[in-house]
Formats: sequence, C-alpha cells, structure tokens
Amino acid sequence: MLSVDTETKDGVTRLHLKGDLTIYSAAAFRETLLELLVPGLTLEMDLGGVNELDTAGAQLLLVAKRELAAREGQLKLHNHSPAVIEVLDLLNLAGHFGDPLLIEAH
Amino acid sequence: MNLDQALITFIAESRELLEDMEAALLRMEGQGEGDPETVNAVFRAAHTIKGSAGLFGLDAVVAFTHVFENVLDALRDGRLAFGGELAALFLECGDHLQGLILRVEAGELDAPPPPVEAELLKRLRAFLADEGSKKAETAPPKTQLPREKEASVRPLGGNGVQTDHWHISLRFSPDVLRHGMDPLSFIRYLGTLGQVLHVQTLSDALPALTEMDAESCYLGFEIAFASEASKAEIEGVFEFVRDSADIHILPPNSQIEEYIRLIHELPEDDLKLGEILVRCGTLTDSELTRALADQRAGEEAGAARPLGEILVESQSVQAPVVDAALDKQQQIKTQKQQETRFIRVDADRLGQLINLIGELVITNASAQLQAQRAGLSDLIEATSSMARLVEEVRDSALSLRMVQIGATFSKFQRVVRDVSRELGKDIELIITGGDTELDKTVVERIGDPLTHLVRNSMDHGIESAEVRRARGKPATGRVILNAYHDSGSIVIEISDDGGGLNRERILKKALERGLIEPGHNLSDREIYQLIFEPGFSTVDQVTNLSGRGVGMDVVRRNINELRGSIELDSEEGKGTTIRIRLPLTLAIIDGFLVGVGASSYVVPLDMVKECVELRGEDMAKSTKGYLNLRGEVLPLVRLRELFDTRETAGGPRRENVVVVGYGDMKAGLVVDALHGEYQTVIKPLGPLFSGARGIGGSTILGTGDVALILDVPLLVRVASSHEPALTA
Repeated sequence: MLSVDTETKDGVTRLHLKGDLTIYSAAAFRETLLELLVPGLTLEMDLGGVNELDTAGAQLLLVAKRELAAREGQLKLHNHSPAVIEVLDLLNLAGHFGDPLLIEAH
Repeated sequence: MNLDQALITFIAESRELLEDMEAALLRMEGQGEGDPETVNAVFRAAHTIKGSAGLFGLDAVVAFTHVFENVLDALRDGRLAFGGELAALFLECGDHLQGLILRVEAGELDAPPPPVEAELLKRLRAFLADEGSKKAETAPPKTQLPREKEASVRPLGGNGVQTDHWHISLRFSPDVLRHGMDPLSFIRYLGTLGQVLHVQTLSDALPALTEMDAESCYLGFEIAFASEASKAEIEGVFEFVRDSADIHILPPNSQIEEYIRLIHELPEDDLKLGEILVRCGTLTDSELTRALADQRAGEEAGAARPLGEILVESQSVQAPVVDAALDKQQQIKTQKQQETRFIRVDADRLGQLINLIGELVITNASAQLQAQRAGLSDLIEATSSMARLVEEVRDSALSLRMVQIGATFSKFQRVVRDVSRELGKDIELIITGGDTELDKTVVERIGDPLTHLVRNSMDHGIESAEVRRARGKPATGRVILNAYHDSGSIVIEISDDGGGLNRERILKKALERGLIEPGHNLSDREIYQLIFEPGFSTVDQVTNLSGRGVGMDVVRRNINELRGSIELDSEEGKGTTIRIRLPLTLAIIDGFLVGVGASSYVVPLDMVKECVELRGEDMAKSTKGYLNLRGEVLPLVRLRELFDTRETAGGPRRENVVVVGYGDMKAGLVVDALHGEYQTVIKPLGPLFSGARGIGGSTILGTGDVALILDVPLLVRVASSHEPALTA
C-alpha cells in the first residue's frame, strides 16, 4: 500500500511517499495528484519510502512531470529510494526527470 | 491471460524441469563424468526456471538459482571438474529448488528461506572460489567442452546497417498491467540474456492526467540489445506478453528496409522514431537520412503496398538468415524440442470427451441394430463403417490419457540412491519396460504403493554386502522395476535378488495370529499372500522378518482401489518378485458379449482365451465343476447358477464355454450363447450393488438393455481356489 503525506510550505507542496507505487496504488495516487495539480505549482516528491515502483507508478510520475511543466509549475523528485533508482536506470528516465540522484558508492 | 494460470503453468513446468534435471544428474553421477550434452541439459533446466521465476518476480527462486547456475556454467565451460561431491550438491540444490517451488505453490514465498539454503549457497560458492583460485595459480588450458550454442544470426550482406546489436521495439497493450504483468520485468529479464545497451522510453501516448486510466499501460520502449542469443531465445523473453504487446525484434545488421518498415508500422511520428533509433545507436545519422529518403521516394512513386504483402515479407525475412546459420547439430536439437512439445489440457475436459465418446458408442450400437432390423443393406453398410470410425475415435481419445510408466519409474533412481546410502548398502536399480503405457490417473496413484514396495525390497529384501558375499552373490544388490502388458492388464514387477521370504516363519506367524487354522495345506503362493493380510503386520514382529509385512495391507488396499491385484513370488536365498496387475483403462473396453437365458453379460475381450462348445460327454463331467481341456483341468463357473438367471421358454439349449485367463490362471465360464465382440462403455454400478461380487460394472446395449460386466479376475480366483462361494 501507499501512504502519501502532504505538507505545504513557502509555496512548495511536498509529498512524502511511503510504500509501493504500483498498479495497486496507481488509481488512488492519480486521484491525489488530480486534487493537487494547479497551474504554477511546485511539487516536490520525497521518494525515500518507495519500496517498489512499477510501470504504472513510473507513468504517473511522467504524467505529473509533463502536466506541471505545461502549466508553468515543476516537479522535483528527491531522496530516491534504491527501488526508484533501479527503475529510472532501467528505463533511462533519470535524464528526463533531470533531478539529481544520489548514487551509492559500491 | 490470467496470472494465476500462468503461475500454475510455471509451477508445473518447473516440476517437470526439476525431474528431468534430477534424472540427468543421476545419470552423470552414475557415469562419474558429465558429458557436455547432459551438463547442458541441467544448465538449461536451471536457466529456464530462473528466467520464468524472474518474470513472476519470485526473487527467492531467482537468487538461489542464479548461484546454482553459475556453478553449472563453470562446469559447462570446463572450468570445474565433475565429481561425486558436486553431483551430491547439485542433487540437494535440486531438492531445495523443488522446496521453493512448493512454497510458491502454497503462496508462502515471503517466509524466510530455510537454513539449508545458506548452507547450500556456501558450498556452491566454495566451488566457484575454488575455480577462481585454481585459475589464478596454474591456469592450465583445460579442454574446453564444446558449448552448444544457438547459432547467431549472420548478416546477409549488402544493404545492411552498421550496428551489430539487436533492436527491439515494444508497444504494450493498455491491459497488460491489469493482467498482472509489468513491462519492466521483461526488460529486466532481457538483461539476463545479454546486455541492454540503451532503453528509450516513449511516453507520447500518455494522455492528460484527467483522462488517464492509472491502471492502463501507455508506455512504449525502444531497446538496443547486445546478445549472442538467438532470435527464438529473445522472443522467448516475451512469451507471456506475446498476445498483449506489439513486439518487433530486428536482428543485428538488418536490412535498412526493415528499419523503415518498423518506423512505418509503429504509431509514433516517423521522424521522431528515426531519431530515437539513432539515439539508441541502432541507426547512424546517414542511414536514417537514406532511409527516410527511400521511404519518401516510395511514397511519391505511389507504391503503397498492401499490408498483407508487408506481413508476408516480414515473416519470410528471417528465414534465409536463420536457415543459413543452422548447422546439423542445431537441427537435431530442434527435433528434440519438437518431440517434447506438448499441449496442456485440463484433465476434466479429457474426461468429458471420453464420456461423450462413450455415449456415442452406445448410440451407434443402437443405430446399427435398427439398421439390421430394417434390413436396409445400404444403411447397414453406412452404420458399420461409422462403427469402425467410432472405434478409432475411441481408441485415440483413450490414448490421450495414456502415459508411459517410464517417467514414474525413473523417479525411483533417486529413491534407490538415497535409501541405499541411508542403509549403507550398494544397490542398483534396473528399469525395463519403461515405454509401457497406462492411464494417467492410474499412474498418479501407483506412485505411493510402488515407493513402499521398493523401499521394502531394499531395506529387508537385499542383504548386507557381507552376507551377500558369503552366499556367493555379487556385492551389489539389485532391484528391478519392470512393466509389461498382459491380457488387458498392465503388470508392474518389483523384484530383488535378496534373501527372499522365509516360508516357515510366515506360517508360524500366521498360526500365532490366528490367520490360518493348523493342518491347512497351503501352497507357497498362498502362504506368501498372507503377508498382505491386515492382521499380519505389526510392529512387534520377529526381527529378520520385520518390515517385510509392514504396511503391506495398505499397499494391497491401494491396489484394490484401482481394481488391480497384487501377488508375490519368492525363493529363499534367491529373491522376491512382487507383481502388481492393473486394468489398462477405466472407461471403455473391447468386450465379448455372451448370453445366459434372457440376460447378457460382457467379458473383457482381452481376457478371453478361446471358446469351446460343451458337448454331450463333457456336459456330464461339467456338472462336477471341471472340464478336460486338451488334457488340462479347467475349473468351470456356471453363470446360470451363479447369477440365478431367469430362463427363456424354449427347447434344449446348447452350452458353450468361454475360457478366460487372468495372470497364469484359467477358468471356463459356462454360457448359452456367444454374441461376439462388443464395444463396451463401462458404467459404474449404483451403491445398491456394491456388495455384489463377480460383477465389475454395467453397460448399455444397442437395444437399450443393460448387460453386466463380469469381474473376471475374481471369478477365476474363485473357480481355481478355495475361496468361499459367491453370493451374488
């Protein structure tokens, strides 16, 4: 399951995601996004608690990024969990999102 | 496609693979060396399980199999030498995998791995480390095992592009996520076959958030992939999504036209796709320019080709390339794969088919009868040729359920290996008649009794090596499993060359237990049969006989439930043979129809040896219950008396004897009329008749009358032994 904590500070909305961002939680997360997205919004997502990310989750992040960019807002992803990094790597999307990634030293 | 179903398929397939793997490992252990083909077979089994497990996200299975596979790979490449220790370890790994698959089935995969896993992994890694250090120290060029590899695709030359990697385009159908499949797992799995050089994720199809269905898949992927794998192997990755995805796989150095076609067929804008291909490194800039120019030229010329033509071409494109690359070994391999290509069918569906064919047989018999009554020769001819066809359909439908017993037998290689280690005896298993076929349902239920009997033979039949040597026998004991067909039944024999049964001890025991009265004159066979009696086997038995009877009554009950019988031959000091006799099939049989008075009976045709007429002088003797058949005493069973049959009005009747055989016993059934062969659909008798002995079932005749099917084994036994008379 996915739990989303929302906090707004200094005109920036922060989402703390915890759990699985997968097909099972995708519909609910889409509702959450729909409520939040207003033109000019700066949305920060803390992905540190995401245990699992699948195609359904990844496409929601892609849509959010695109919608916000189209309405003069922006989406920032940070604190990527290993699961998120793995998927962004696999799909070669890290560059697309353009957020700095913390790469663990091996 | 339903994920649960796919998972069930995965479980079933993994089981089969593990069984094959075990057989291969035992073969290797037996030979003391791993021939390349067998090692390869084991490796492939592990590899396939890992791959499929990856698709289902069964990480526990993947993680363990991965290490296992590494060691196998080292062995395959000749980096590791095969030895007994390795074989034993591999067998344990196989067992552990089987355990993991069981947990998948039970849905308990999240449970922590059993402690044995860590230990196995340690031992596996030790081999890998060994191999590493050995290489560093001496590094002698070991003989490289010829590695069977699928031929890679060779370029045709000419108008090919520069790149030497595969290009894969994936467009998933919107439903793919809802079907429980995650496109990401396929890309991950692809990585196990080679190197994913570049992935371009296409999100153009993503609608606005307001219109989007979060559970549909909108993404597409363009993948550059470097691998030595064959096209079939790469296609295999996408096996599970083939129906819900648009997949294009272009081999390295494909003709530029194929890329054009790809660009053309994909939904995205041509120019953009072209750029993506360039970004993937699949096409160079100049190749793209040329391609697009070619394409425009084609359009201007108005050469809009029909879709069908394109499809045909795209199918045939791969053919010359692949053909050229196939060498002889490859062809042999393909043949092998074809041999093991099966369709999985629900057993219930087969059962339903056989039921329907049963009804067809009955209806056809009725049609034939009507035709004969009407006396229309054309109609008679038509119905009889139909009867022939129905018979063929019946046979092929029944044969669908037949499986060779060999697979069941070979499982015992492992049992024998393990038990002989446990007991510290040197015992080999010899299998003959493995290609004998019998009904699947029977095969499934024979496993447990067989295991019991084989263990018993090893434990109590075969003596210790010292005793064997003292008796002048080879030190290695022998257990033989054999199967063959005999008059409509299948016979399974379990023999050992051990000590045999002690007749006197059994007699004494039986007297003590009150199973027999003193003074009874019993044949050897009857005495040995006593060990199947429930009262015979108890824990507090005489020690050197112990176990020989433990649970034997349960074995006999299991066999009886299958309408079979069990008997035992033994010679003291030489060995024991246990013979299980089972009916071949449980549904439709070829019968022999006979009449007694107004009633009809069916005798299974396979058990009919011959028919003789009962003449005057024999008639008198036959009342005593015996007949002289060419100098042999043939016990008779008078069906008229046995079943108290209603008489038809009429003059003197002529009597015939149907000689039936079961095992090595014979008996004669005295009947009035012989009606000849008859296709018999076995219908079970109602519970009301459950107490009736001598009857095995019933069938419906073409006239609509009911005929009873005789339980020949029982009748023969009764006629030729001292069993109490029947009460029908």
